Amino acid sequence: MGNADILAHICAHFPGDLRVDDAVTDEDCLLVAPEDLVALCLLLRDDPALKFDFMSDICGVDFWPETPRFQLVYQLYSIPFKRRLRLKCRLENATAPSITQVWTTANWHEREAWDMYGIDFTGHPDLRRIYMWEEFDGFPMRRDFPLRGYKDEMNPFGDEPKPKGGAA
Amino acid sequence: MGILNNRFQDNVFFTTSDGIINWSRKSSLWPETFGIACCAIEMISAGCARYDLDRFGVVFRPSPRQSDVMIVAGTVTRKMAPIIRRLYDQMPEPRYVIAMGTCAISGGVYNTYAVVQGVDHIVPVDVHVAGCPPRPEALLHGFVQLQEKITGTRVLRAKPPDSPHTEVKVS
Repeated sequence: MGNADILAHICAHFPGDLRVDDAVTDEDCLLVAPEDLVALCLLLRDDPALKFDFMSDICGVDFWPETPRFQLVYQLYSIPFKRRLRLKCRLENATAPSITQVWTTANWHEREAWDMYGIDFTGHPDLRRIYMWEEFDGFPMRRDFPLRGYKDEMNPFGDEPKPKGGAA
Repeated sequence: MGILNNRFQDNVFFTTSDGIINWSRKSSLWPETFGIACCAIEMISAGCARYDLDRFGVVFRPSPRQSDVMIVAGTVTRKMAPIIRRLYDQMPEPRYVIAMGTCAISGGVYNTYAVVQGVDHIVPVDVHVAGCPPRPEALLHGFVQLQEKITGTRVLRAKPPDSPHTEVKVS
């Protein structure tokens, strides 16, 4: 099955709303709505013609000040077919369904996206910060977060503190 | 020791108590086996056979309870800061701190939300060793500077009544 056939196969077998991202040239890329995400992931993992059994990364994207503001990018790999696939999921309100039930490794990746972007994953078993310390206020990879952070006793060069770490 | 053998038999040496205490302290500065970032590679190199810190009596110890010096070798993140403070608090006195490298001195290029802007926000620093990373020779020089500083301290002697207490300035 060639790459074009793969996308046609997925679109034919998936009942939800699915679009091919034509702007991406390096790799197959699908645009999916958050409510369809878990069902699509299950199909990609379990369909014997696809077998995307390895989820290698989850990336967050912040399009501030555009709306909808956030996007999640999932990088999938099929070890038996040596094939890659990228999913993009635009989020309306910084919440997304968790896919830890589909790929266990998504646990830490979703914690990372929560820690850095403040994207809330509903259904995640243990959504804690993974890089920053527990008391940290704010989400540092958001575009409205100052690079130098906020001023305190260990960071005299930071910006003036804002409530809630400046999170919008 | 070959040339000193049998040269000082049946002799008595006189010194001050401060002199012998400081001499013993500076001659066995035991640092913690503790590295945070790339500066630790230079620190390890300084400890190994090529630069051989052992000849200064500097022997790495695996526990803060047995250590005299903490070499902060690398970038101190905000998440690491309380751990470094705890290690410092666990060291018995007298204890000394060497801030090794630009990151430990001032945060270096990492002027960000996640990095402590100089380890002296957490622990008192005795010697700053500049460099990014400092070569092992620079760390050796830092230890010699620390030894000089220890030589000038007063342990048992009182401070001179009229003159202000002066310590050896370490640049």
